[in-house]
Amino acid sequence: MLKRELTKIIADEFNYFSYEDIESAIQIIFESMISTLKRNNRIEVRGFGSFTTRRRKPKKARNPKTGASVLVSEKMVPFFVSGKELRERMNK
Amino acid sequence: MINKQTLTKREIVLLITKKLNISKIQCIFLVNQVFEKMKNCLIKNEKIQISGFGKFVIRKKNIRKGRNPQTGKLIEISARKIVTFKSSPLLRRLIEKQNIKN
Repeated sequence: MLKRELTKIIADEFNYFSYEDIESAIQIIFESMISTLKRNNRIEVRGFGSFTTRRRKPKKARNPKTGASVLVSEKMVPFFVSGKELRERMNK
Repeated sequence: MINKQTLTKREIVLLITKKLNISKIQCIFLVNQVFEKMKNCLIKNEKIQISGFGKFVIRKKNIRKGRNPQTGKLIEISARKIVTFKSSPLLRRLIEKQNIKN
């Protein structure tokens, strides 16, 4: 499912909203999630899951093409944990 | 651990009602449905791809042996499906960059 497919499904259900409003609302949802993670803050959506950022230690890696050793510096990466309801419904 | 900075559906609803001319009740309904539809999609084994954010993919895990970390007892972990999130390169870059600034 792509974002525009999600938008269409929601727009069909909420036919009293304009398609543009649904589009903007969905845009705001993901933009707010991105800016929250950018500030290293947490996202929690009950039943769906939560997102956090995690620190990755600096490490030595290799350029897979040349085999040259490169140092990858410390960085933050986004991390998702699925919610209880989603986990349970997936395995029913 | 929920603090003021944590983004929840409540904060998302406030952000949307600030920008769009829709009622709060309708907006709560809308935001709930967005996550509900995403859940339904994953339950049907279909992946979700949101450009600029990332994708949610379903992976199958085989049956395996594990231990109860508290008692040390050997147990069998049943075969299951899990949802993994693969962040988009764009999101990864934004988060990485932010960290360098801090």
